[in-house]
Amino acid sequence: MSGVELPASTEALRRVREDPHRLGHVGHARAPALGAGHGETGPASKRIIVGYGFWLFLLSDIVIFSCFFAAFAVQRGATAGGPTMHQIVDVPRVALETGALLLSSYTCGLSFAATNAKNLLWTQVFLFLTGLLGLAFVLMEAQEFYGLAMQGITPQRSGLLSAFFGLVGLHGLHVTIGGLWLATMMAQVQLKGFRREIIHRLICFNLFWHALDIVWIGIFTIVYLIGSVPA
Amino acid sequence: MSDLDYDPRQYEGRLDHHEDHAPGDEPEESAGHWVLNANLGLLFSVILTAAAFGVAATRVVWGPAVADALIVLAVAQMGVHLVFFLHVTTGPDNTNNVLALAFGILVVFLIVLGSIWIMDNINQNMMPPTNQPMEMAPP
Repeated sequence: MSGVELPASTEALRRVREDPHRLGHVGHARAPALGAGHGETGPASKRIIVGYGFWLFLLSDIVIFSCFFAAFAVQRGATAGGPTMHQIVDVPRVALETGALLLSSYTCGLSFAATNAKNLLWTQVFLFLTGLLGLAFVLMEAQEFYGLAMQGITPQRSGLLSAFFGLVGLHGLHVTIGGLWLATMMAQVQLKGFRREIIHRLICFNLFWHALDIVWIGIFTIVYLIGSVPA
Repeated sequence: MSDLDYDPRQYEGRLDHHEDHAPGDEPEESAGHWVLNANLGLLFSVILTAAAFGVAATRVVWGPAVADALIVLAVAQMGVHLVFFLHVTTGPDNTNNVLALAFGILVVFLIVLGSIWIMDNINQNMMPPTNQPMEMAPP
């Protein structure tokens, strides 16, 4: 490693000049950055490794979801004389649920912007909003399931309904557990501050929450919207 | 604490100038880039979501093509989320994440398309042609 390092502000300027769109590309003539895990520059820094490991977990979680999606796709026509998807989809409620989850993804991203700026108050405010929107989502979904159960539409009724409740319920369970995680993260940020391992956990939480929103895109499209179109 | 954990920049507040990042973790000089990303992501997501609900609710798209249109919109929105919320980039430092993502997508496609294909095939081969469909059977 060379002993000469530019001051931080010069580094920032150089970075903006060489990589205006923040794609992470650097000039070919330059040596790779320290801690990037490339070539002779040594092992990647811990936050890179943590993010990568959690990314692998998320991908495996998405593979689990894909199994439930496959089950739903296979069982689409298996109504056994019971209700079809067209009869149980409540599009306005799905639109509200989608809006709540999308906005919570947005506030989650803003909370991490505040974390990057080391701003405790806004980090907490945006995490709290994320939690509220997630709670609203879970409550709307619980109300939907309760209303269906009151009409005798339960997972035991048909293969379609088993797959439907399995897939949507698994996602709701993820959001619920994510909400509990969020609450503990708020407590940890408050009590321990922006310590390195706390920021790593916030990174992981962000990834988790955004991944849940990606899964929800698949659900509202394949289960609800395609189901709402009369066959 | 292992040696892997030690990074002198950590203690000088200069860690943010690494040229690398994990998904969802893009060290920056300020929060501005993150806020811009979140705003753009929300904008595109709202447009795509509204388009999806519109396509499903109206007759803008030819009936039999509605499902395909919805799936295209969903894939587009997933891409928007990956780029603007999860910060997956084409940068050389993101190679590992992108490779893992590509493998994940491959597995998802194998599971979903394979299941649909196999079960459809079994359905067609196993159903005796004289039988009525199941929902017609009970009186």
